[in-house]
Amino acid sequence: MNMTQLPIIKDVYGFLGPDLMACVTGLLLILMFVPLNSAFLVWVERKVAGHIQLRPGPMEVGPHGILQSLIDAVKLMCKEMITPDLADKYLFWIAPCTVVIPAIVCFVVIPFSPIMQVRELNVGILLIFAFSSISGLSILMGGWASNNKYSLIGAVRAVAQSIAYEIPLLLSTMSVIIMSNSLKMSEIVAAQSPVWNFVWQPVAAIIFIICTTAETNRAPFDLVEAESELVSGFHTEYTGMRDALFFMAEYTAMFIGSSMAVVLFFGGWYGPFFSGIFWFVLKAYLLVFVTVWIRWTFPRLRFDQLMNFAWKVLIPISLLNLLVTAIVIKVL
Amino acid sequence: MTTTISNLIPPIMIAQAAFALMIVFTLGGAFLAVIPKNIVHNILGLCLAMFGITGVYLYLGSQFVAMMQLLIYVGAICMTFIFAILLSPPLEKEPPKRNKTKVITAAIVSGVVFLVMVNMVMSLKFEPLTDITRDWSIKTLGQLLMTRYFLVFEVISLLLAIAIIGSIMIASFVRKRN
Repeated sequence: MNMTQLPIIKDVYGFLGPDLMACVTGLLLILMFVPLNSAFLVWVERKVAGHIQLRPGPMEVGPHGILQSLIDAVKLMCKEMITPDLADKYLFWIAPCTVVIPAIVCFVVIPFSPIMQVRELNVGILLIFAFSSISGLSILMGGWASNNKYSLIGAVRAVAQSIAYEIPLLLSTMSVIIMSNSLKMSEIVAAQSPVWNFVWQPVAAIIFIICTTAETNRAPFDLVEAESELVSGFHTEYTGMRDALFFMAEYTAMFIGSSMAVVLFFGGWYGPFFSGIFWFVLKAYLLVFVTVWIRWTFPRLRFDQLMNFAWKVLIPISLLNLLVTAIVIKVL
Repeated sequence: MTTTISNLIPPIMIAQAAFALMIVFTLGGAFLAVIPKNIVHNILGLCLAMFGITGVYLYLGSQFVAMMQLLIYVGAICMTFIFAILLSPPLEKEPPKRNKTKVITAAIVSGVVFLVMVNMVMSLKFEPLTDITRDWSIKTLGQLLMTRYFLVFEVISLLLAIAIIGSIMIASFVRKRN
């Protein structure tokens, strides 16, 4: 059972056959959702930032400025795309294209509700981790191709950070996986029907959220684009729509990270009264709100603090957590 | 039964087209990894080749190995290569000339390895699998690693331990010299 059973979709896309129909409708939905979601999150970020700093944020375009990011998107599309003279032309062009690949591919396996999943894979979780690692590569490509010291420093910081924080991220995910004994996203959610994994694995959940914040280069881990030191890091030289693609990738990565946390720790689509998709999206956006809240509350870390925190605090704790989980599961 | 697009274009053709695309990625990436003089382009070509191999694994129906290939080779190994290269001398400086003897030796070695591997693949008789519905869950894989492939597993961990000790040694020596 999936969403291709709906009669409207069957009428329009029926000629494609069941498998291709699921593929095409799913991809169309994803391609619609990714830009709209980023536009919405940009608005949320500006609004939350405004209210935290005791000012209203965007107010002019639409009620409470809700259409502001659409206007911004039109502006960005009209802008000239400048390529610096000494930049590596091909890589400078490819980097923003590849940075959105993980943003689109990862949505394929996320189970929004029991029927709203484009494709069920046996290795769903691995697919998300594997494709997320591509975005680091495109950040490096963009930073190096710009031929600018600030961009390069930003890119190098991004890689060092993502390598360091990927280890506790995977370790904390491992402790959930050995609990539910599956790499399928929907089975992990289904294993949480009476009690959320957050109750059994609070340490892993907190480590996971810290690490996704670091992986998406959000404050307090945003040394990658520290404005006061690096102008704006790896995308200093990018203009117009290319810059917008980097932003789109960042906001989509935030949403994907939050949905991963919802799937792994916060019971996925389970919730009373309303349908599954409502609860899933609500939980994911609540977690995104927490990330935005953290950004406007905490100051930026220093680079050595960042690395020490990953290697000396997070990795030992997550290893210990994994060990304890394994022993408890074996004994019980 | 209504007419669907799969009646007009057989699915096997699409699968073969996807396979051909992946082969193009792999070979194109491999050439990019060797021919250009810019070392960052070389590494990115290597990434493309690894990505193509991921596609080949997917075509062969092994999702787990495909994802591991992407996660380890593209996400970790290529990334650390680039990281190491970014810390090397800048590219504006005159790049060292290609050493002809080195190029010829490398060509001979890789040609011999290629021929031996082609010979090995050709001499193998491929038979259709009789038993395809085996249990390949993580539990089975883990048990196989701990029983049948225990020696391989231990040797690989020894290798990793040596690599870690080596890097610590290099780091501490450099620090002492400074």
